[in-house]
Amino acid sequence: MDFFILTLAIPIVSGLLLTVVGERAWAPNLNIIASLGTFLASALLTAEIVANGPRFAFGEVFFIDSLNVFFVALTAFVGLTTSIFSGPYMRNEQEHGKLTRPRLRLYKSMFQLFMFTMLVALTTNNLGILWVAMEAATLTTVLLVSLYRTAASLEAAWKYFILCGVGIAQALFGTILLYFAAERVLGETGNALLWTHLVDVKGQLEPTIMALSFIFLLVGYGTKVGLAPLHNWLPDAHAEGPTPVSAVLSGLLLNVALYAILRCKVLADGAIPNGFAGNLMMGFGLLTLVVAAFFLSRQKDIKRMFAYSSIEHMGLITFAFGMGGPVANFAGLLHMTLHSLTKSAIFFTVGHAAQKTGTQLMEDIRGLIKVNPLIGWGLMLGTLAILGMPPFGVFASEFMILTHAMKHHPWATPILLLALGVAFAAIFGRVQPMVFGETHAKRLPHAPAITPVFVHLAIVLMLGLYIPPYLTRWFHEAARMLG
Amino acid sequence: MNAVIPFSTQLINLFASVILLLAFAMLAQRRVLTLINLFALQGLTLCLSTLVVAVTTGQTHLYWSAGLTLVLKALLLPWILHRLVRRLEVKWDVESLIKVPTTMLVGIALVIVAFNVALPISQLSSTVSRGTLGIALATVMLAFLMMITRSKAIPQVVGFLAMENGLFLAATSATYGMPMVVELGIALDVLVGAIILGVFFFQIREQFDSLDIRHLEKLKER
Amino acid sequence: MSISGLLWQLFAIVLALALAPILTGWVNQCRAWMQNRSAPPLLQPYYMLHKLFLKDVVLAHGASSLFRFAPFVVFGCMLLACAIIPTLSTDLPLAPTADTIALVGVFGLARIFISLAAMDVGTSFGSLGGRREMLVGFLAEPALLMVIFTTAMISQSTSVATIVETLAHREFVIYPSLAFAGIAFTFVSFAENARVPIDNPATHLELTMIHEAMILEYSGRHLALIEWAASLKLYAYSCLGLALFFPWGIAQGDSFLGLLLAIPVLVVKLAIGGVLLAFIETINAKVRIFRAPEFLGTAFLLAVLGLLVRLLLETRI
Repeated sequence: MDFFILTLAIPIVSGLLLTVVGERAWAPNLNIIASLGTFLASALLTAEIVANGPRFAFGEVFFIDSLNVFFVALTAFVGLTTSIFSGPYMRNEQEHGKLTRPRLRLYKSMFQLFMFTMLVALTTNNLGILWVAMEAATLTTVLLVSLYRTAASLEAAWKYFILCGVGIAQALFGTILLYFAAERVLGETGNALLWTHLVDVKGQLEPTIMALSFIFLLVGYGTKVGLAPLHNWLPDAHAEGPTPVSAVLSGLLLNVALYAILRCKVLADGAIPNGFAGNLMMGFGLLTLVVAAFFLSRQKDIKRMFAYSSIEHMGLITFAFGMGGPVANFAGLLHMTLHSLTKSAIFFTVGHAAQKTGTQLMEDIRGLIKVNPLIGWGLMLGTLAILGMPPFGVFASEFMILTHAMKHHPWATPILLLALGVAFAAIFGRVQPMVFGETHAKRLPHAPAITPVFVHLAIVLMLGLYIPPYLTRWFHEAARMLG
Repeated sequence: MNAVIPFSTQLINLFASVILLLAFAMLAQRRVLTLINLFALQGLTLCLSTLVVAVTTGQTHLYWSAGLTLVLKALLLPWILHRLVRRLEVKWDVESLIKVPTTMLVGIALVIVAFNVALPISQLSSTVSRGTLGIALATVMLAFLMMITRSKAIPQVVGFLAMENGLFLAATSATYGMPMVVELGIALDVLVGAIILGVFFFQIREQFDSLDIRHLEKLKER
Repeated sequence: MSISGLLWQLFAIVLALALAPILTGWVNQCRAWMQNRSAPPLLQPYYMLHKLFLKDVVLAHGASSLFRFAPFVVFGCMLLACAIIPTLSTDLPLAPTADTIALVGVFGLARIFISLAAMDVGTSFGSLGGRREMLVGFLAEPALLMVIFTTAMISQSTSVATIVETLAHREFVIYPSLAFAGIAFTFVSFAENARVPIDNPATHLELTMIHEAMILEYSGRHLALIEWAASLKLYAYSCLGLALFFPWGIAQGDSFLGLLLAIPVLVVKLAIGGVLLAFIETINAKVRIFRAPEFLGTAFLLAVLGLLVRLLLETRI
């Protein structure tokens, strides 16, 4: 039983199946079962990799090692919790008249196909296929962002498509340049795009071409990560799409895009001397952090605010990976995990809150604690987690990044502290009145699925207090590989 | 005077120049139908250029590449776009956000930038068509300029597809094309993208009764 | 300088004088055929010149000597241009003087004089035509110079004779930059010769005129000289275009046979050029005057593009 094949096969088969049967009453359950199956397969795959070490699949087309198997498991897990959440949520939306049954069918099938493309992007060894999968991931979600067919969502989806399309074209050019540099060393076989081969010869790749290639790749995939100044699509897409879509975009797609950059960074570091790649990433990361923090404070829509928070955290993670070295890489990987879990949890609660109150404007949402204590507390705790309060795990990773920056790049520390501080004040100041205070929200026809939120938050809390040894060992291995 | 350039390189240079000329023509074009036809012509020229490289170097996978380009970019995509235009009943002249002469001047500046960027790479390459990398990059940038200066949806899409044309030319000129599986993947992406865009246009038109992009600019920072 | 060279040079000048009106007549015939009208006879421009030379000159009261003088200057410039462009051979006595930049200067001189003459009498249409002519010329000249620079870069010289020799008598090479330059040159020559789509030579609506508006006040032999000069200008531009882009057939020395063969080749090339000119005039409409800068801007940019392509593709290997 090849767990890897199962991990890939379940999403695509269920995705195609759901295009046909997506309107039946039991379709949401099929969605959940499929996601559960994917998760179990990925968990078993992870166990296998931990025990036996990295492996290939389908010849050398796929390569699973310590770096990506973990992301595969995380993706499958968040996919599972999102599908559990989206069952009652989408039914509520349907009751409110915002969605029709054909659109729900589109949603479910695209969701599974999106999972498939992300898993392919994470596990492929061929950098060209990585590009294809990233583009496919964008394509599957474009129609999802515009699911509500309002003017604002159409605009958001259009911006998403165009900006990410342009960005990904840059990434393609970067890939072509990379292939060009690789061909000179590895010859004109198909191996020149395989990452495992490239890593072996990375010292021999031509520096000028690799530098140019990395710039294009960083700008291209960075658009999908949400790095400034190419982040314009992100707040709109996350705010106007349905909440489950926002959750997976924030929690998963950003991670996958960053993973792509990391793979390329390993090659660039080997080819280009004096940390050019790292410096570039640090610069973009800091810029993103500052831009996001300041835009954050001006937001009135809750989803947009948390979208900017995603951008901010991605900037921080990029900065961490830019610094490089075992500690910073470890912190970056940990932060990626925690951010995924926390942000998706927040989006779940925000989605429910918005559904209850019928609006996404923060001034109109009040007193969530009174209406539904679970949602209220979920939002409060999630916000505290994402802002980096101990004992949640985000505190640990942010602390590591800050101390590492203080030791090696002291000039960046005031900027980091300023940005994090501004974000903290802004978010906390907005969330506090939302959770407490008077309210007029109404009951929902279907009881919300609040369990995923607390499961995520519990994991984040646990990781803040205690990281299991296999996880630590794992992160260390991946961090070491990143150089 | 320059040394004797082999005939195949002359042909490739000629085709590359035609592609650049078409990119400029698309930039200055006002009518949508002519725009789509120019795009089809560009795809055809791209296919011919790849064929010349294929014949000169004897790489069989380039024949398949050329065939794929012909079918996808010169026939299928323009057909889809034409059908879209007909069903959306779009016949207006394309408006430009900045005037055409200014656009052309900016275009020339971008061409110079592209040539400069591509020069060190061309010098390192050993393919028969390496001079055209600068032209490929210039085509990409011109297509990008076309995307950001147009205010209607379909020219933006054509710009997007033209950008992909430029990237394909870059791939064939610097290296002899990407591995076949990657090219098939890219082709599939482009096709699916075009289809999704088609669906998308209907949604936009349903909402706004027009395909003017300026309707889609309301989401500012609030 | 041999006697035969001198004679052939004179013959080339006489040929220019003779062929230019026929070229104009030929273009009118082709246009009429394409537009499904019956055409005037081929020698109609000759009949008109003959008629005009026999008529009296009528001068306005305020006309200065510049007004009387200008047609001769313009005619002289155009004749000079036709004389020095190598139509039959690159080795005739006047060939060394054929510098392309000097040619542009000669055309510019003619343009200045006719614009001044148009404004001399003080009518509103004259000034209108004069201003428009200067606008078109102002935009067309840089484009023309860029075209010349491109061809000069290929041949490493601005002398037309050298350019012809380089292109005609070396092995056949496809120069994409020449293709760009050729298209730009076509745009420019349409603008300079007052053809559709910049100016309609057959219009009678004064507000749409550029070239015609400048010569509204002329009559008699002055008008004849100016009309002849316009034909010569078209002939000169056509020959320049042929010399820069299609120079095959122009003889290289002054062998009698080579020169004799050059004549029919020239006639055939001009005839084909005329047909193409009529075709383009028929399928296009005249653009409004404020679009003329766009048209010429496109020409300029194409020429610059040709230059860039030359630098990128054809010099470094």
